[in-house]
Order: sequence, then C-alpha cells, then structure tokens
Amino acid sequence: MKYRHLSLITLGGAALLMSACATKPEAPAQIIPVQKPAEQPRAVMPPPPVAENSAPVQQMEMAPPIAMGPLPGSVEDFSVNAGDRVFFGYNEASLTPQAMTVLRAQSQWLQSYPSTIVVIGGHADERGTREYNLALGARRAEAVKDFLVSQGVQPNRVTTVSYGKERPIDGRATEEAHALNRNGHTAIISGTNS
Amino acid sequence: MIRYILSLLICLAASFAAVGAHAQISIDITKSEIEPTRIAIPEFIQEGAGASPYNKDIADVISADLERSGLFDPLNRAAFIETQTSLDFEPVWQNWRVIDAEVLVSGRVVEQDANTITVEYRLWDVFGNRQLDAARLRTPKENWRRIAHKISDRIYNSLTGEKGYFDSRIVYISEDGPKTERRKRLAIMDQDGANRIYLVGGSDLVLTPRFHPNKQRIAFLSYETGRPEVFLMDIATGNRERLGRFDGMTTSPQFSPDGKNLLMTRMVRGNSDVFSYNVASGKLKALTKSPGIDTSPSYSPDGRKIVFNSSRGGKPQLYVMNSDGSAVKRISFGSGRYTAPTWSPRGDKIAFTKSEGGKFHIGVMDVDGSNEQLLTGSYLDEGPTWSPNGRVLLFTRESRGGQPAVWSVDLTGRNLRKVETGGSASDPAWGPTLK
Repeated sequence: MKYRHLSLITLGGAALLMSACATKPEAPAQIIPVQKPAEQPRAVMPPPPVAENSAPVQQMEMAPPIAMGPLPGSVEDFSVNAGDRVFFGYNEASLTPQAMTVLRAQSQWLQSYPSTIVVIGGHADERGTREYNLALGARRAEAVKDFLVSQGVQPNRVTTVSYGKERPIDGRATEEAHALNRNGHTAIISGTNS
Repeated sequence: MIRYILSLLICLAASFAAVGAHAQISIDITKSEIEPTRIAIPEFIQEGAGASPYNKDIADVISADLERSGLFDPLNRAAFIETQTSLDFEPVWQNWRVIDAEVLVSGRVVEQDANTITVEYRLWDVFGNRQLDAARLRTPKENWRRIAHKISDRIYNSLTGEKGYFDSRIVYISEDGPKTERRKRLAIMDQDGANRIYLVGGSDLVLTPRFHPNKQRIAFLSYETGRPEVFLMDIATGNRERLGRFDGMTTSPQFSPDGKNLLMTRMVRGNSDVFSYNVASGKLKALTKSPGIDTSPSYSPDGRKIVFNSSRGGKPQLYVMNSDGSAVKRISFGSGRYTAPTWSPRGDKIAFTKSEGGKFHIGVMDVDGSNEQLLTGSYLDEGPTWSPNGRVLLFTRESRGGQPAVWSVDLTGRNLRKVETGGSASDPAWGPTLK
C-alpha cells in the first residue's frame, strides 16, 4: 500500500515533469488512469519501490496497471474470489454461518458463469472409522450441494462425491489439521475459461 | 501323577497307528492368562537331495506360526539331545522330557521327483508317551509353505480342539506416499506375511477389501469411476467387475455366509442406508431407511441377523436386525461412539471399534451387547476382522502422526502384535482357510 501510494506520488511528479516539457498545461489530467486498479476488486501487483535517482521515463513504463489477479471465470478466480472450501465441526454435517457466507459467494459466482459444472467433495478428519467417515463425507457434500441449489444453482450442474478421510488437505495429526480436513470442497470440472 | 498313570494306561493300549483320541496335553485358549506350551520342532528328516532346504524351511514356518499364536513356545534347537533319523519309531521320550518339551513335532521330507515333495509329520505328547496326530501330504515344491501351514493347523487343532487358521490369506490395503497424496493399493498375502502380491495398481483409490466366505473372491471399494463403488474381483484371474450401476455411491461390502448376497451401504442424496444385493439376480433391497448414518453391516454366521452401526439415536451405536431388515434393536449402550462392527464366525461375539476419551479401541461384546470388553487402545485402532476360527482379530493401528499398520490381538486381549506387511498397511480382511 505504501509503495502504491509512493508510486502515485512519484508518477504525479513525473506527470508534472512531463507537463513542464509539454506545450499544453492541461496534459497532467490524462495521466490519472494509474488510479484505475484501486476501483477493481482484483489484486494488483504493487510496483517496486522507486529508487531516489530513477529517471522519470522509467517510471512512465511502470504506469499501465497489469492485472495479476486470476482471470475472471477461471478456477483460480472461483477459489480466490468466491472460496472453494467450507469447514465443518466434529462429526457435523450442518453448515456454519461462515460456510453459508462462502457458499453464497460460490452460488453467485456459479450463476455468473452458468456453463460451469462442479463436483462437491465431502471430507472428514482421521478421527473416525473409514466407512463411517465415507458416510459423513457424503452428508457434508450433500449439505453443500443443497445450499447451492437453494441459492439458485441448477441441481444438474452439481454432483457430489465422498472421500471420507482419504484426501486430507493437512497431513498433520493436530486439532488444527483435523479442523481443516473436515470440509466440503467445490471443484469446477468443466465450463471455465482456464 | 494322575497324568502319568493315565498316559501309561493309554500307552499300553495304543497301537502305533494314528491316535485321534483325547490328548493328555490340551490348551484352553479361552483363559485370559496361559503358559505357552513348550514345543520342540527339530528340522525335518531329509530324503533325497532335493528335499533340502524344505526339510528345514517347513519346520521353521511351523515354528513361527505356532509362536505367533501366543499359545506355543518353540524351544531352541541347540538344546535338543536327540536327532531323529526315522519317523517310524517312537522318539526316546526321556531325551525330550529332560529339556522340558511338552510336545514334539517330527517330520520327514521326501523328494518325490524334480517338482514334488512328500511331507510326513507326527505330533508326539512327550509326557503322555504317545502320538497325537500324523499326516502325509504331497505338493509341488513351490507350494511348500502351504504344507507347513497345514501342519501348523493340525497341531493347533490337536492341542486346542479348535480349528487352525494358519493356511489362510489376508487382503489389505498397502499404503505409501505423503498423507495428502496417499497411494493405496489392494494387496494380498499369506497369513504369516509371506507371498505378498498387489492385486490392483495404485492408479485409483481402493479401500475396505472383504473376502468371499469360501471362494478366492473379494469385494472392495474403488474410485475407478470417480466415486466410491463396490467392485468384485477374482483373486486367481485378477478379473474385476463393478457391482451393478446404482444411483449414488456404494461402500462397505460384506458377503453373506453362503456368498449369495452382499450387504453394502448405498449413499443417496447424502443419506446412507444398508442394502442387500443378490449376486445372481442383481437385485438391490433396502434394509434400513433411517435419516441417520447407517453403515458397516455384517451378517451373523447363520445369515439370519445383521449387525450395523447407526447414528439414528445421535452418536453412532451398534444395532442388530433380522436379515430382512425387521426387528431392529440397539445393542450398544456404553458411552463413546461405536462403529465398524463385525460378527464372529463362531456366532457368539461381535467385534467393533469404539472411540471414547480421545482414544480408539477394538472391543468385543456378546451379540446382545452384554459383556463388553475392550481389547486394545491407541490414537487410532479401527476395523477389526476375525480369523477363520474366531479366536484372533486383525485391525488397523495408527499412532498420532505415525504410519498405519496391521496388528493382531487374541479374543481375550492377549498377544497383541504387529503383523508384517512390508510397509504401511490398513483395512485387513482375513480370508477363509484354504481347501
């Protein structure tokens, strides 16, 4: 943030410098587009700090904002901007308020990209027997699907699969890892632009 | 004293022919503490150059089988005084008594031809001065381990009155790779860990193999189609087939005692219920219809009852019902969570997994839920499977942050041991004794 602020100031300085050379004094106003990235939700890579003795011309080359965030409609866009995973309590298959918030974002995203098809994977931690956890994973996946459908996602775009405790995202045997491993994961399998 | 008088009388009466009658020595394997029987198993006599090394190897495998059972203490061969040169005469009893051997196993391996051996064996009651059992077995040389296991089974049976379980195999899941990218492969091995073979490569996730009651056939769970479904496989040919095509996912297969039906769990719209599947007709019948998690069904050995676990009352507990789904009755009432029940092949016990107080236990109870007894406890003990004679349980054990392995424990809680599987392993299922 500090860097961006700095760069805006220095770019402003560059604009002043340029305007000093230019014939029309109104010119600085046209260099303002640098502010655009602030209006967009996507992350922008901060420009590197500008050295004290940098030439103004080099700063001009930095000016066009390059969007480094995920491509809208991509799998990465979904996971970064909607969130692709919701978490459950121990032996629970009901959605928490936080999970519902994520699923509302998922549902909006999915309705913005109506050709996408998703599979919900239901996961459990290792503190249960294998077959019971497969059943628990199925309930979690279904809870996610039900919520997305209730929010307007077409049911035929959503299938579910249970992985029980077979696909942990955190391999450690800690409470923290167990909490992360009790989840429903929404995976986009087709219909994206990336 | 009585023992000696009795044995003297029997000795006078007994001919040298095989005596199948009551042994003087017998092991009560139902007691919770037992003194292992001191057994001498010298190298077998060798006849023909090609009888070696089988004459030693067979004796070694028998010795290892019996030692692992926890009921026998095979004596150090270095202490043996007598070297038998013939099977056709009684041993010199005194030579075995002085080293405190209670029973003696002697045998002879005869090379029949380039590919075949004949193995003769005799089991002697050292303090009863008599033969307890004798047998002659013939086999292709490469099959020699099964001869050893068959002899182990006869010894176990002669001395305990129970069927042996050594000539049997175990299917299990071999595991490798980090937990987050685990490779799981279906594997099979002899009961003693020998002859390990992978049945399916590691490209698809496979879980929970279960043996057919009398054929070399297994049911297991595979993600081959992208979701969990029950498959059947013929072990000899490796041929496998998906068990029907159903809406939803299928898990938790268990054969009926006659092999005609399979129990399984079908998960539709998130709800798990127990179904039976008729192998011949392909018909599926719902046995439970509860909104809770119903899974891990297992038939009683007479096929008339089914035990399963259900969360219909809140926490998972064990329930028994008739095989048509009627007369459901809860049998577990203790605190904690009960899952993965399996009915003993003897019919009188149900083994289960119980989690309570941060630990997982393997336990057994009577079929009405009484006499609950926890046999083990650790960070994660789960999924018991019975030996063919219902005396030993195998299960998966994993320490916190450790690797899973197959362990065994006696029905009485004695003789807890790790089973050699050549790497991380889980989901053991003990097959029937071989024909």
